Amino acid sequence: MIGYLSFIVLIPLAAVVWKSTGSGLEGFWNAVTSPAAVASLKLTLGASIVVAFVNAAMGTLIAWVLVRDDFPGKGIVNSLIDLPFALPTIVAGLTLLALYGPRGPIGINIAYTRMAVVAALLFVTLPFVVRSVQPVLHELDTEMEEAAASLGAGGFTIFRRVILPNLVPAILSGVALAFARAMGEFGSLVLISGNIPFKTQVASVQIFANIESDRPTAAAAISVVLLGLSFLALLAIDLVRRWGSKHES
Amino acid sequence: MKRIWGVLVIFAALAALVVASGCGGTSSAAGEGSAGGKLTLVAYSTPQEAYDEIIPAFQQTPQGKGVEFEQSYGASGEQSRAVEAGLPADVVEFALDSDITRLVDAGLVDSTWNQNQYKGIVTDSVVAFVVRKGNPKDIHGWDDLVQPGVEVITPNPFTSGGARWNIMAAYGAQIKQGKSKEEAIAYLNGLFKNVAVQDESARDALQTFTGGKGDVLISYENEAITAQQKGEEVDYVIPDQTILIENPVAVTTDAPATASEFVKFLYSDEAQKIFGEKGYRPVVKSVADQFDFATPPTLFTIQDFGGWGTVKDEFFDPENGVVAKIEMSLGVSTDSG
Repeated sequence: MIGYLSFIVLIPLAAVVWKSTGSGLEGFWNAVTSPAAVASLKLTLGASIVVAFVNAAMGTLIAWVLVRDDFPGKGIVNSLIDLPFALPTIVAGLTLLALYGPRGPIGINIAYTRMAVVAALLFVTLPFVVRSVQPVLHELDTEMEEAAASLGAGGFTIFRRVILPNLVPAILSGVALAFARAMGEFGSLVLISGNIPFKTQVASVQIFANIESDRPTAAAAISVVLLGLSFLALLAIDLVRRWGSKHES
Repeated sequence: MKRIWGVLVIFAALAALVVASGCGGTSSAAGEGSAGGKLTLVAYSTPQEAYDEIIPAFQQTPQGKGVEFEQSYGASGEQSRAVEAGLPADVVEFALDSDITRLVDAGLVDSTWNQNQYKGIVTDSVVAFVVRKGNPKDIHGWDDLVQPGVEVITPNPFTSGGARWNIMAAYGAQIKQGKSKEEAIAYLNGLFKNVAVQDESARDALQTFTGGKGDVLISYENEAITAQQKGEEVDYVIPDQTILIENPVAVTTDAPATASEFVKFLYSDEAQKIFGEKGYRPVVKSVADQFDFATPPTLFTIQDFGGWGTVKDEFFDPENGVVAKIEMSLGVSTDSG
């Protein structure tokens, strides 16, 4: 198991880290603090945080509707949720551009703005929260809710005091995955963001620009910062979850 | 928590291991150069349609009889880096010569690659303005691109090596009109103010433009002709001062003899004519004369500015290059605004 993990994940990650220090710590620092890199990292982090919060709310809502409600075509909607995973991300970007670009049929034009970055990220990260909350909600005993109702609790109280605490760990792990995915997303953003440095250029595109300019070390350095930020976020969410489960009992 | 620390320890150990081993294992030799009859062509993306006709034509010749082809097309810089990293290749064609220089530095292409009659260049083109059908904004020269209210599309010169032709065309046009270096850089600054989208690649930029964004797309003549051939509703204008785009071709050091035969065929009237039909300017003069390519009054080359090696450092260094500084100054002003 360790061997497998090493080949697939650990050695490649270690290689990135090693590569990033190819021109010394000073080179690393210069690469990640260049104004263009800082601007792109800020945008990426900001957009990913927004995406994480929106996903927490909307993903839970979608999971709720899919588990608790019955409507015609539910099975189809349920299988649609995973499609953003299957679609090559560049196609997702192209599709979003056709819909929400200057010639979009709906009259919404958000292409080449930061809104577009968020929209594309929301699209590619949709399944994470839905798919992690769904099974938990499915297993959730409705007797608990009935008991709460018989004791006089209203709908909102039941949701807040009974259902939500059970869902929080699942929501958090979904959010963590969505966040990490958003940080590194490239394909769907390339077309729709417009890549304007300091405005809509995300970190992954900035990394690509460094590779294209024959500066692989700088590219690796920015990647390491992305990895670090994602790792911190995952760690923080993990801590919150532990803290939560301790307080529950 | 324990699990995370475990992972961290393994991670650190592996990092140490990789460092210790010196990480020096990236020099696998490219291209076995199979003696039989197989050639691997690695090229940038746009000439694919030309090769779709040139390769069958080559296979009709005595030299090309029975030669099988493996082809790979992609962004010029990526293709060049892939070959450097070990992608087998017998013949390479790129968008600009610094992508071949990279292979020369890596010892994969002989340093004499550009010693033939055509200096290693297989096709030419020029930087042109793609405009909406009927040219509603009346775009004719470089000065029109910096007018207020004109939206310009050009790929990001840091992600697209080919887009650097556009910037050097804009810069050179100023110099050739007698402006000083400072004035030419000020012009670039004004131009970038009007750039609404900086796509990752030339093809993405064309996609953006045909998708309805922008008034002018700075692109290459051959891309404009391809777009028209595909039925896109666009016109194109060749400004009075523009740069000659030169696309280099080379064989790798351990390629079989048929690779050289193929490159020789690329300079034949037949192959050059196919390139011409696909919108490229043939480098063989007698073939070029059969086509109706407009000759701009002032046509300059990258050599006028010291060649790509010099230009790359002066203009496109991501930190200190002229273009990086322009982008930075604009970025800072738009951020605070």
